Amino acid sequence: MSMINYASREINCKIVYYGPGLGGKTTNLEHVYGKVNPSTRGKLISLATETERTLFFDFLPVDLGTIRGFKTRFHLYTVPGQVYYNASRKLILKGVDGIVFVADSQIERMEANQESMQNLYDNMQEYGYDLTRMPFVVQYNKRDLPNAANIGELQGSLNPGWEISDPQRQRVTPDPYHAGENLVEQIKSGEWVERAPYFEAVAVTGEGVFETLKAVSKMVLKTLA
Amino acid sequence: MPVGAASWSFTEDDFGAIQKSLQKFLNDSNARCALLVDRSGQLVATVGEQPRFDPTAFATLTAADFSANDQLARLIGETEFNSLFHQGEQESMYLADIARRVILVILFDNRTTLGLVRLKVKQTVDELTKLFAQMFQRAQSGEQKTQPNILAGAEDEIDKLFQ
Repeated sequence: MSMINYASREINCKIVYYGPGLGGKTTNLEHVYGKVNPSTRGKLISLATETERTLFFDFLPVDLGTIRGFKTRFHLYTVPGQVYYNASRKLILKGVDGIVFVADSQIERMEANQESMQNLYDNMQEYGYDLTRMPFVVQYNKRDLPNAANIGELQGSLNPGWEISDPQRQRVTPDPYHAGENLVEQIKSGEWVERAPYFEAVAVTGEGVFETLKAVSKMVLKTLA
Repeated sequence: MPVGAASWSFTEDDFGAIQKSLQKFLNDSNARCALLVDRSGQLVATVGEQPRFDPTAFATLTAADFSANDQLARLIGETEFNSLFHQGEQESMYLADIARRVILVILFDNRTTLGLVRLKVKQTVDELTKLFAQMFQRAQSGEQKTQPNILAGAEDEIDKLFQ
């Protein structure tokens, strides 16, 4: 739920990084923290265990620029990825405006990715939020590793597309981030499907981190426009 | 099914009424500062002594604290804990639920007592609950749509921001 503060001329939005444990959600935030101008970001808050595993969440506020005289302030959160932290993970989704799913590209983590994606859908549904109709992007992290699965496989397993029944939305929409690919298209079986935009990343070096953040922030602001 | 969380807004008059109620509470209780935090972690208002800490981080942690305690309440068979108290050596905080959507945080030191804060906050919580209930009702009835959408037609500007 975005908050527009007319007194301080700020638009505040909440973005949550979701995904399996050790997938690189916190690393995404750390990279953003390290790269943006200190005057445009707040403190990075980490509620983590002694071994640096996220216990509750990480939090980083960043200003991404000014629109019509309003500062656009994004509150970035990560959730704990480990399966048994679901109770606290679900709390972080409250009032979310946009979601980044950080998948671990390693082939051995395919099942963990799928489990986490299912968990995201379940938790959103419990809040009554419709993930398919809100700003949502998928980031395939750790693309530099030799055991990374190929993008086609990852897309097929994690972002195969959800069915669109509304005829007005059944229009081929090209993927602005990947030439020759579509976000909305008719698949062979005749169904129309929509996929979330995806990005390849190596969060430890920062590759793809800002592309992902920019894409989801832009989608969030456009929902307000 | 709604796409995401419902949105709400408050007018300058609402804000004035909130401030008046909180200011009266601070005078009566001798507490230092009162903050209103939305359940999703956004700071809505601050009245009294301006806090010296990062208010954004504070608001986020407050919402998380309250939500975690809400779940604990459910686990032990309660519907909610409508207030929480954290005691420090010098500074303490008292948190109270307002209309299930907003959290009132009172910061106080040893110039007052928990008893007095508790006693005086009751009336303030009632007042604020009524105020917020009215605001949410207005939001639901669609009245808030009369507010101009500041981002309407701003697609180009949004695109430029991310070039």
